[in-house]
Amino acid sequence: MTALEALRPDGQVVVEMAEPDDFEAWRERARALVQGGVPPERVSWIEAGASGSLFAAAGGLSVPDVRAPWVRASRRFVELAESAILHSDPHRFALLYRLLWRLQDTPRLLDDPADRDVRRIGELVRSVRRDMHKMRAFVRFRAAVEPDGCERFVAWFEPEHHILRANAGFFVRRFAGMRWSILTPRGSLHWDGDVLAEGPPAQRADAPGGDPAEELWRRYYASIFNPARLKVGAMLKEMPRKYWKNMPETALIPGLVAGAQARESAMVEAGAIEFGERPTSLKGIDEAIHACRRCPIGLLDNRAVMGEGPRKAALMIVGEQPGDQEDVAGRPFVGPAGRVLDAHLEKAGIARDRAYLTNAVKHFKFVPRGKRRLHQSPTAKEIDVCRWWLESERAIVRPKLLLALGASAARGLLGKTVSIARVRGRPLALDDGSELWVTVHPSYLLRLRDEAKGEQERMFQADLRAVARRLAELGSG
Amino acid sequence: MVALTLMQKLEILADAAKYDASCASSGTAKRNSLGGKGIGSTEGMGICHAYAPDGRCISLLKVLLTNHCVFDCHYCINRKSSNVRRARFTPQEVADLTLAFYRRNYIEGLFLSSGIAKNSDHTMEQLVETARILREEHDFRGYIHLKTIPDADPALVHQAGLYADRVSINVELPTESGLTRLAPDKDARRIEGAMGGMKQAIAQARDETRRFRSAPRFAPAGQSTQMIVGADAASDAEIVGRASRLYDRFRLRRVYYSAFSPIPDASAVLPLKRPPLMREHRLYQSDWLIRFYGFAPEEVAQAAGTDGMLPLDIDPKLAWALKFREHFPVDVNRSSREMLLRVPGLGVRAVDSVVASRRHRRLRLDDVARLTGSIARVRPFIVAADWRPTLLTDRADLRALLAPRSEQLELFAA
Repeated sequence: MTALEALRPDGQVVVEMAEPDDFEAWRERARALVQGGVPPERVSWIEAGASGSLFAAAGGLSVPDVRAPWVRASRRFVELAESAILHSDPHRFALLYRLLWRLQDTPRLLDDPADRDVRRIGELVRSVRRDMHKMRAFVRFRAAVEPDGCERFVAWFEPEHHILRANAGFFVRRFAGMRWSILTPRGSLHWDGDVLAEGPPAQRADAPGGDPAEELWRRYYASIFNPARLKVGAMLKEMPRKYWKNMPETALIPGLVAGAQARESAMVEAGAIEFGERPTSLKGIDEAIHACRRCPIGLLDNRAVMGEGPRKAALMIVGEQPGDQEDVAGRPFVGPAGRVLDAHLEKAGIARDRAYLTNAVKHFKFVPRGKRRLHQSPTAKEIDVCRWWLESERAIVRPKLLLALGASAARGLLGKTVSIARVRGRPLALDDGSELWVTVHPSYLLRLRDEAKGEQERMFQADLRAVARRLAELGSG
Repeated sequence: MVALTLMQKLEILADAAKYDASCASSGTAKRNSLGGKGIGSTEGMGICHAYAPDGRCISLLKVLLTNHCVFDCHYCINRKSSNVRRARFTPQEVADLTLAFYRRNYIEGLFLSSGIAKNSDHTMEQLVETARILREEHDFRGYIHLKTIPDADPALVHQAGLYADRVSINVELPTESGLTRLAPDKDARRIEGAMGGMKQAIAQARDETRRFRSAPRFAPAGQSTQMIVGADAASDAEIVGRASRLYDRFRLRRVYYSAFSPIPDASAVLPLKRPPLMREHRLYQSDWLIRFYGFAPEEVAQAAGTDGMLPLDIDPKLAWALKFREHFPVDVNRSSREMLLRVPGLGVRAVDSVVASRRHRRLRLDDVARLTGSIARVRPFIVAADWRPTLLTDRADLRALLAPRSEQLELFAA
């Protein structure tokens, strides 16, 4: 007997279910009750072990009429009921009976999702299916060695509903070729490769306390997580905290979440760029900068502009970056600023063709505006990336004196931003023993008007003359 | 160099694989390990065995065989010129790891990709060898996804299809010009050629299995691809259009989008601002609209603004409905399923419920409310037995009424 039935003096039929997930027993009783014409409000369903000694007041059983009418239940109802009965809701048996009762008069009842009972059975079924699905997902086996030396994989799991038996098939089909056990507070399953056995309820301590593979798994979990896209809510929705205690990887979560920001910054910081071997000739540099895409400027519609001048020049003049005309001509300082520079160099007595002229950044950075290309200043990061090429040129030309035109050029040579007003007019020592002089960029003079222009032109000329004097002192004028 | 431990290799090569969006293990042939020598099963729906704090499902052991690479794709962490730590697994190591994880029910199977070490053929051989060890030596019947190398010998690629459930070839970028600029070693035509070849092989194998029961299975879960979003200038409309052409031409199961994440080294070349994750989400939503809601790619493009970008604050279906209000309100008791699917806030399941319920009764607003998540969102677009949104549908501030309010909160966020 898998279900007990009793009739109380008040006419209420009480059915006690021996197993919480036994659909066949429920079906047998429910069919008899419908045939006996017992309406849902007169039936009480209780689970075995539930409180109340209802059977004390029990009377005789209602035996169905032999000529009882056929009980109708669609295949769909049976499917839903088979799942819903696994739910831990104590009212599930009554709900199913009420639906079965109503189906006799309304065969298409289940097609109406707006009905209260139909909705409720849908909720139960979804909750049970979710629990079954989560069990398939979150069971974690740990290896243990059996007396015969073979491995058995043992898991401890705490399901929300009575799903253990219903889920056994999945684990058998998936892990047919290995020995395993699943222990739960409601019962246990054991597979030896051929036969599935059921066992009594178990405790957490019955399962192994750890497994060496868990460290690998944790490392994998931490590495596959992308700290640049933290979405804790999405994780919690699918992996609620109630499952965490039996999953080895979840202990890492608080640390991963807390460290995500730091890890993301570290990912970006770590972005030092590799250049490989330094070219050993100016020609090598020329070829390499044409292929350089190490900063976004290299991806614009432009070409690299190589420095020019004698390979052993004593003076190296460094500008910011090629402009529109330099980009077209493929030569440095041939635009308006170049002409200003030429005029001042001549006045200061420095022969342009004896100096090596180049730029801190090798490509022209611009934004298109109609047919024009508007100059954009390079960022500090872009200058720093391009510094590699400037250093390569310095290593080959080995000038005694360097003249930086503007803040970008100064950064390209010094690796840090300096204030021109503070450093101009005096030499700065560079690591390789050469001397750096810093002044403004000639394009600055082009933007000024009137008095300010005259003043700045005088200061620029003074800076150039100082460089010319120093060159003469070094014997390379 | 000191030899790396298995643990260190796993750390490096899983880290390197995390930019692959796909972790799906669904849609393959049903199999189980009963009567076999090993373990493994696939039952249609894949299972997510864990979720990472980035909200993504962990279903497969997703690693690279090696992150050494002779290519120099600017968006890729493993590009030749990047200075990441490098490591290399042997096929045997990957097979052993897969089995160790599978036995403990951590995963559904393996998703194996690789940088191009030495050359394409060598790399492809190693990928195939890993799958062979699992399938032939261990009779492993779980899920295997192999990324294939477009330039590799077609015979090797074919072998991959025989072992794997799914194969994928990444188109990488939505536009050909983007690919030329950012992945100079890759060739759009060769990628599409490989996808076309794969499509034919899958179709042919399917045809054979229908005629001969013993015909070998070939990539029963089909092929997929991935596009990186936000690394080039392609607009949402262009991306959706490209994806839709790919679905049609190559019978793809999925097109995955991966929002460009700031990855070491790449940050200097790529747009410095990373695209909001919301953009990736909106693209997936439009993908859904096309695949399950009967939207044409042009209609999704209509939902986008004049710049071709989908709004980030509201979903593309709501954006479309707000733009084409003449189609609304839709009568839940009379309208076709196709029109109901266009109602913002009504999903496929809710629409099916509405269609089923209305055979039994005239639906009132309450009934619809029970079938959907938020009636407030749906209300302006429907007519029910006791409801008619006379003014609501035409209100100029409807968008503001329906858009989520998170933007305003941002001001106070830390």
